[in-house]
Amino acid sequence: MEVQSLPAALALVASGGTGLSPERRAALGASLPLVQRDYRFERVWFWGCIQGVRGTYYIAEGLGPDRAAPRSRLYSLNCLDWSLLTPATKEMLALAEQMKGRFQGDPSFDYSLSEINAEAAARLVESGKEPVMKEEGRLVATIELIDRAVGIVPRGAFVKTPLGAVHENRHFEGLPLAEAKKLSSYFHLTEPVNLKNKTLLEKADLDPSTDFLDSLEHDIPRGSWSIQLEKGGAVVVLRSLLWLGLTFYHVPMTKQFGYVYFGTGEKNLDLPFML
Amino acid sequence: ERGHGPYQPHEPGYGLDQPEYSPYEDEIPDPQARMLAIKNAKAYLLKTSTKSGLNLYDHFANILTKILDEQPTNTVDIIEDISKDVKWAQFRKKMDTLRDEHLIPPTFQAAEKYKALFVKEGGGEEEEDLEEEMGQPSLPNVMETAFYFEQAGIGLNKDESYYIFLALKNLINVQPIQTCRFWGKILGLEMNYIIAEVQLQEGEEDEEIAEEGEEIVGEGEKEDEAEEDDEQKEKEAEPPKSTYKPPPEIPKEANGTGTNKYVYFVCNEPGNPWVKLPPVTPAQIVCARKIKKFFTGRLDAPVVSFPPFPGNEANYLRAQIARISAGTHVSPTGFYQFANEDEEEDEGADTYEENPEFEPPPVAEMVESLATWAHHVKGILKQGRCVWINPSQKSEENDEDEEEEEEEGEEQQEERGPPLLTLISEDEGMKDIPAWTAKASTDLIPKYSVAILQSNRWPGAYAFASGRKFENIYFGWGHKYSPENHTPELPPPAQAEFPSGPGITETVDPTVEDEMAFKAAQEEALAEAEEEEDEEGEDD
Repeated sequence: MEVQSLPAALALVASGGTGLSPERRAALGASLPLVQRDYRFERVWFWGCIQGVRGTYYIAEGLGPDRAAPRSRLYSLNCLDWSLLTPATKEMLALAEQMKGRFQGDPSFDYSLSEINAEAAARLVESGKEPVMKEEGRLVATIELIDRAVGIVPRGAFVKTPLGAVHENRHFEGLPLAEAKKLSSYFHLTEPVNLKNKTLLEKADLDPSTDFLDSLEHDIPRGSWSIQLEKGGAVVVLRSLLWLGLTFYHVPMTKQFGYVYFGTGEKNLDLPFML
Repeated sequence: ERGHGPYQPHEPGYGLDQPEYSPYEDEIPDPQARMLAIKNAKAYLLKTSTKSGLNLYDHFANILTKILDEQPTNTVDIIEDISKDVKWAQFRKKMDTLRDEHLIPPTFQAAEKYKALFVKEGGGEEEEDLEEEMGQPSLPNVMETAFYFEQAGIGLNKDESYYIFLALKNLINVQPIQTCRFWGKILGLEMNYIIAEVQLQEGEEDEEIAEEGEEIVGEGEKEDEAEEDDEQKEKEAEPPKSTYKPPPEIPKEANGTGTNKYVYFVCNEPGNPWVKLPPVTPAQIVCARKIKKFFTGRLDAPVVSFPPFPGNEANYLRAQIARISAGTHVSPTGFYQFANEDEEEDEGADTYEENPEFEPPPVAEMVESLATWAHHVKGILKQGRCVWINPSQKSEENDEDEEEEEEEGEEQQEERGPPLLTLISEDEGMKDIPAWTAKASTDLIPKYSVAILQSNRWPGAYAFASGRKFENIYFGWGHKYSPENHTPELPPPAQAEFPSGPGITETVDPTVEDEMAFKAAQEEALAEAEEEEDEEGEDD
């Protein structure tokens, strides 16, 4: 969610019970604009927070002119001092998926890889490094996984220009209430996977400038999103059941939307049993 | 496409490939061909689209008019958007004579409901009389609690907290309530639950017990009828009776004690009528420990699971509430003390009272050491109750099976849980994760900071303490945290079949030779018998 709309957005997301204390909110309002200045980001999004056992990580993302480009991620333990995270590599993503258990809250904590994945540990030992993974690495990989799996935007909010870059759609006025209740009106803001598999008839109806992302309809498992209308339809709140803690809000017929993650950073692998 | 005439100078037929005419000359000798080309081009542009009724010529004219009127900057970069805008503008005209039905969005109904919460109840005189008669039911200061939790970043929107405050006030006016507390909010798939923990006044609880007595009498009557039927059928040959005796049902705890100490009311949204949840039975708690299901938000929804949950979503919700309360309701150590100073291990140690001499430790100490917090709700034993009961004491009805049940009684050992006011530092963690995480709400202003406890076993359960004030609350999905993945219970082993006996044991069928031999032997015996009678037998 955007920094400028943070207070209103947090109020809309608060129905899940978790939010930010006034101290943190004030700190964010002061430090995120400075981050934007220092790193020369075009946009800075407050992504959310991951609660570790001993401390909480607050995460912000910075975007450049192309909103679909890989984003820079920063973390902070107190919402004031932000550190840039090195982007996650594929191996880090694969290892992070296998890691279980809570985050510790200490960025330099070492996870011993020999328990998790003996092959990766062996490879690291051969190349002369220690078979450990730092919590920072797990953090950035988890953020990337969450963004890829459940980072969503409403349909029409982003347009793809003919040159391939993705921008916010200045003509986006919000989804109407009838559309806002449907899962097909929301897209994952990542590389599309299912688009090519659509039939030709479906593809003919797509508008290449706005329909260039995967919609939520075909997410596996079915029913992994909970859509609720709050205040009788004044706000649409989507909660992901796969990554418990991710909340997306949108006020129909206005430009307000955003998603934020307040949780422990663990995937809900029991989801099929729970539905 | 080449069927219609030349449009552009380089096309054949335009006339420029003739030796005197070249495309670089300004004057074309024969204007007719060019005029024809222009007319053809215009006719093509004026062709109406079959899909939208527009034509390109008019569309371009509109675009250029709009651009010249508005004169935006960097027009060439946004030309596609302008084209789209012009097209949309065309579509706005609706030639239908039918008018759209005026849709009333549900927003307004919800707003009406919330407005109804704000109505001030009754006249002033009636209120004063009531307060004198009954002890004033204590409405909790939800906003104050919300303020303290907000210091830690926990809690709902201020508006929603206020609506809940008003809804609790309504609840107190409607139901005979002694004490009331906002327990928390459980999220569901379609709707959420707002839960209030309540202690009813003395007289109300007896009504429920009377209802249950009637139910048990009904069951006893049914059993008598079944026995009569059995006696009639005994004359016919019956399949062997099953020797399966289901384990005796463990009775639930009486209202006002143990897991049923409080009564819970739920509603989906503040403003909706409050619904009372039924008391919880040990069987439901035992089953709830084995399953993990999301709540849908409808109280009558079935809970489809294995092992099959005895009840619907209202019972499952009540069971989870009982587990969460037993696991995570804490208070500063010493705030509550036992009413009598006997040993804590008595089973009557269910009651506690506030300690008037309680000195709250400073916030820093409350955060440092977990020994400053204690549970004030009794933990639930494996049996599903807070107080262990021996199920074999209820064997009055089945005289035949006394021997078997006594054996079972010996196997079940009496379970003892931790005594009532245990310190939370004794809670076990899971693997390397402690059961509780404590922190102060702010490091920058230690004087006004609040000590906050987060439970790691039940994510979403929080407690705060500041001086003499403390409170527990729950915001979450209603499930326990397990570091391992949830494994559903395996189906039980196949039940033993009937003991083997001659009546049901299969024997091998005799082979053909055996049969022939037997037949031959029989006929020989017959023949011998006939010969003895001096008659000649004939073989078949």
